[in-house]
Amino acid sequence: MSNVPADLKYARSHEWLREHADGTVEIGISDHAQHALGDLVFVEVPAVGRTLQQGEAFAVVESVKAASDVYAPVAGTVVAVNEALAKTPELINQDAYGAGWIMRLMPSAALAAAGLLNADTYATLADAG
Amino acid sequence: MPFIPHTEADVAEMLAAIGAPDIETLFEEIPRELRTRPLDGIPDGLNEQQVMQLMYARARMDGRPLNFIGAGAYEHHIPAAVWAIVSRGEFYSAYTPYQAEASQGTLQTIYEYQSMITALTGTEVANASVYDGATAVAEACLMAVRANRKSTAARVLLPRALNPHYRAVTRASTGGQGLKLEEIPYGRERGQTAVDALAAYADQDVTALVIQQPNFFGVLEDVDALTDWAHARGALVIAAVNPTSLAVLKPPGQWGQRGADIVVGEGQPLGCPLSSGGPYFGFMATRMEYVRQMPGRIVGRTVDLDGRPGFTLTLQAREQHIRRGKATSNICTNQGLLMIAGTIYLALMGAEGLERVANACMARTAELVAALARLPGVHSAFSGARFHEAVLLLDRPVAPVLAALAARGIEGGFDLTVDYPELGPALLVCATEARSAADITAYAAAMGEVLKSVRVA
Repeated sequence: MSNVPADLKYARSHEWLREHADGTVEIGISDHAQHALGDLVFVEVPAVGRTLQQGEAFAVVESVKAASDVYAPVAGTVVAVNEALAKTPELINQDAYGAGWIMRLMPSAALAAAGLLNADTYATLADAG
Repeated sequence: MPFIPHTEADVAEMLAAIGAPDIETLFEEIPRELRTRPLDGIPDGLNEQQVMQLMYARARMDGRPLNFIGAGAYEHHIPAAVWAIVSRGEFYSAYTPYQAEASQGTLQTIYEYQSMITALTGTEVANASVYDGATAVAEACLMAVRANRKSTAARVLLPRALNPHYRAVTRASTGGQGLKLEEIPYGRERGQTAVDALAAYADQDVTALVIQQPNFFGVLEDVDALTDWAHARGALVIAAVNPTSLAVLKPPGQWGQRGADIVVGEGQPLGCPLSSGGPYFGFMATRMEYVRQMPGRIVGRTVDLDGRPGFTLTLQAREQHIRRGKATSNICTNQGLLMIAGTIYLALMGAEGLERVANACMARTAELVAALARLPGVHSAFSGARFHEAVLLLDRPVAPVLAALAARGIEGGFDLTVDYPELGPALLVCATEARSAADITAYAAAMGEVLKSVRVA
């Protein structure tokens, strides 16, 4: 049973989103995803100011056994990235929903239309596979 | 004996098992127009005896000409120990390690090679080698576009004084990926890429600048000024260097204020015979900051569970077998055997030996230029300081002069007329430590006779 906080939204491709009062969303990969990848050794974050389409790869997470793309769950513009991941990628393993965040995005469309999942639905999906 | 293990009966049995009438049926989904056709102009196969007869006949046509051609591949003395060691069964096999960690000796050799390349170039990390100098330059351009995240133009500046073969391979390898390659002229007096020539790009987004040292004319570039110009504008610097010259020239890692970002070159001068143009190996090194953007294999030193030292392929997540289409390059290999020759050559020569080779090359080329430029109708093209090559301008077309020299057993140099028509009749000559003072005297005497007999056009 993975750790899936109830106050976040999720994408089928294993990203989580946290909505902020200023309209931005904070995005990272789920605890299930970090566990599946294993110990992370490198994270490539996007450039601030980059415009992303929904589903576009914006980051690469590399573990000792694989390198995977991370996809934008919603379209928008990158407003901040977690620079700490350059030196300490293991923050994602240690605290996927907190210190292991990857970027903050200003969405360019309503989140409601993005087909995101709630915690229960994502937990079922993650446990299934 | 056929080398295909499946008999006709095996094939028929397999086809029956899957219900296909013949092998051709298995390829039906590939459209006709995409299928390969028999190659035109390729004759039928020969048996071993016929091949041996053909090759002996061709070998008898080979002379042993006195060689003064450089232009990217150089004839050096290769100590006999180099290929005696390379030819040992432990080395003389796979071109890149498969079941890599079971080949600890090969991995250790690659690790030593990478360490030597970083020491020679003044950089932090080297890969296990790529195909040759030209591919190394092309890969470095692609790498620079990935690594320079401040630049969005994918514009790489290539000096006209960069080896024309490197430019051609770079165009072929990068064109499909949308790189904009732009040519920087050289100054006609010194034969150097002038920093002034870069003025047109002062306010533009430049991703990287390639600097060849020495350049194709053998002239030394003002690498510090060029490097600082590029860095001041956010461009990366790709150094393309001759490894022998690094024994006496400043390592690229120390060029300008910050040093070159990516260093590549042709490894052939390090223990590899000319062999009609290959196989050679290319070397490639960079800063740790950019290591994940570097193509090719990298061997790391580590410890096993019991704390004993060992060697392993590392950072493989960049590579094709893991990242598939998103890998840094389609190069997922290295030029194993030639790289091992280079490693043994460097180990035998040592820093002092390589420096003596470099100094001897410079001295021999200076003697050669002095001897030839003394002849009427020959003069040196450029005033810039040089390493072991020089451009000579002739008062008549180069090709008949080279043909007449060849008839006297001398390969007189590389005709620049096709690649650099703006120079007029121009000849690139080279003398390494493999040429003696007597060889140079013989060349100058032959050139004197030829110039009397070959008419001025």
